Amino acid sequence: MARILSISAFFVLIWITVFPLGARSQALIADLSSHHVAITTGFTGAEVLLFGAVDGAGDVVVIITGPPETVVVRQKQRIAGVWANAADIAFTGVPNFYAIASTRPLEEIATTDIRQLQQIGAENIKFKPARRNGLISNQEFAQFRKALIRNKAAEGLFMTKPASVTLMSNRLFSTRVNFPTNMATGTYTAVVYLFREGSSLQAFSTPILVEKVGFGAEVFKFAHRHSALYGIAAIIVAIFAGWLGSVIFRKV
Amino acid sequence: MHIYLPIAEMSVNIFLILGMGGGVGFLSGLFGVGGGFLMTPLLIFIGVPAPVAVGTEANQIVASSVSGVIAHWRRGNVDFKMGGVLLAGGFVGSSLGVMLFKFLQTLGQIDLAIKLSYVVFLGIIGGLMFWESVRTMIRARTVGAQRGKLHQHNWLHGLPLKMRFRRSKLYISAILPFTIGAGVGVLSAIMGVGGGFIMVPAMIYLLGMPTTVVIGTSLFQIIFVTANVTFLQAVSTQTVDVLLAVLLLIGGVVGAQFGSKYSVFLKGEQLRGLLAIMVLAVCAKIAHDLVATPTDFFSIALLANQ
Repeated sequence: MARILSISAFFVLIWITVFPLGARSQALIADLSSHHVAITTGFTGAEVLLFGAVDGAGDVVVIITGPPETVVVRQKQRIAGVWANAADIAFTGVPNFYAIASTRPLEEIATTDIRQLQQIGAENIKFKPARRNGLISNQEFAQFRKALIRNKAAEGLFMTKPASVTLMSNRLFSTRVNFPTNMATGTYTAVVYLFREGSSLQAFSTPILVEKVGFGAEVFKFAHRHSALYGIAAIIVAIFAGWLGSVIFRKV
Repeated sequence: MHIYLPIAEMSVNIFLILGMGGGVGFLSGLFGVGGGFLMTPLLIFIGVPAPVAVGTEANQIVASSVSGVIAHWRRGNVDFKMGGVLLAGGFVGSSLGVMLFKFLQTLGQIDLAIKLSYVVFLGIIGGLMFWESVRTMIRARTVGAQRGKLHQHNWLHGLPLKMRFRRSKLYISAILPFTIGAGVGVLSAIMGVGGGFIMVPAMIYLLGMPTTVVIGTSLFQIIFVTANVTFLQAVSTQTVDVLLAVLLLIGGVVGAQFGSKYSVFLKGEQLRGLLAIMVLAVCAKIAHDLVATPTDFFSIALLANQ
């Protein structure tokens, strides 16, 4: 990791030398150590380094969001002694993954209104309710929103407290983004905001592609594209394995 | 060492899965059951999504049943005609079961349905089995126990469509095994089990089949019913994880061999008593989960990728 850090710092230095910040109107530049996360059979999570430079003092906020999904939130109720799902709300536009990092606590960087407007912080992501089931008041609706964030956080997919962005001499910054094993595949977006005096001066966005590769990816594709053939193959594999087992252990 | 499961979309420790397969395999070899009723809850417990656990377990049971039926077939303990009738019902039942599974999934009640079926069926079977084995153990001590008839005749024997099952020494209505097959088929699709633990007592007590052909015949029809469940789940929900199934069955095949060697050290009623205790323990654990106040009153589930 230290090697990646020093290598990336080196690249940033070259970059700054080649493209002096003052010469361009860009107050902010950033890049990732990798724009591609490969989920292989041995995948145990990934770490991506985000680094960049700013042209002077300010606060840096980094937000990584995963591909949007429709997620249903269900409320449990005791029905005849057992806990069963009762009311539910489906939300659209829920990012599969949400990570945030900042140089200082978010409250010190911008006001609540600004953070809400810019959707900074997990509690400010704008999910849209797609459908409601059962009688749900506005107060309860807020509960469902909170429950969604809480459950996503429990799965390790939402970060509710920002990680730290290291800023060196008001110029170079870097942060590490950890991807868990249960993240979805698709195109992720890393957005870097530069805040000065409570308002965002500039934003920089760059994509990260997360995809399954190798044997696992082939299995997944096969299962979804040719599901009937996949089912037959699964049965043949099982019959063969069962037969093999009885042959191997027949003489033991 | 970790391995990423492509359908379950999670990373698991390979030795944990092999160990679980081995442990459940040992017990299934010891008691002569498929072990699906233990494996499916275990998979859900380690974080495998319930639909994937059910679909994958059906696939694994195909393998363990093939392995088991070969041994019984060599000894001539499979009634293929009876198996065929049970199977016809099993196909109908398991197809209905997969449809029901998908319907409950859209309602958001699949987890509840799986758990309730476990509690009800494990409770009934475990309770009956425990009672029967205790009674046998007590009766074994009293000398001169009476031997009953081969099987009793009741209204069920008056049903039409009578068929002769030579190996089972039965002349009964085909409606009866067909209905049993269908009922177990529904459960096998919803619970991710082979259904042997329901099928075997049903064959003995409801059909009156001789115990020697019961396990072989039950395994024979389980192969096809679970194959049907595997196929239908693969097509309609894409929840069969072949990699997980293969890992489970490697452990399972090895474990079952050791289990069946140890089974000779115990008497039949002792084995049934122990199995009953295990079944009741799983039942109690799931019942507790249903009744206990959850830590979070809300749960989330993915509906669709946008």
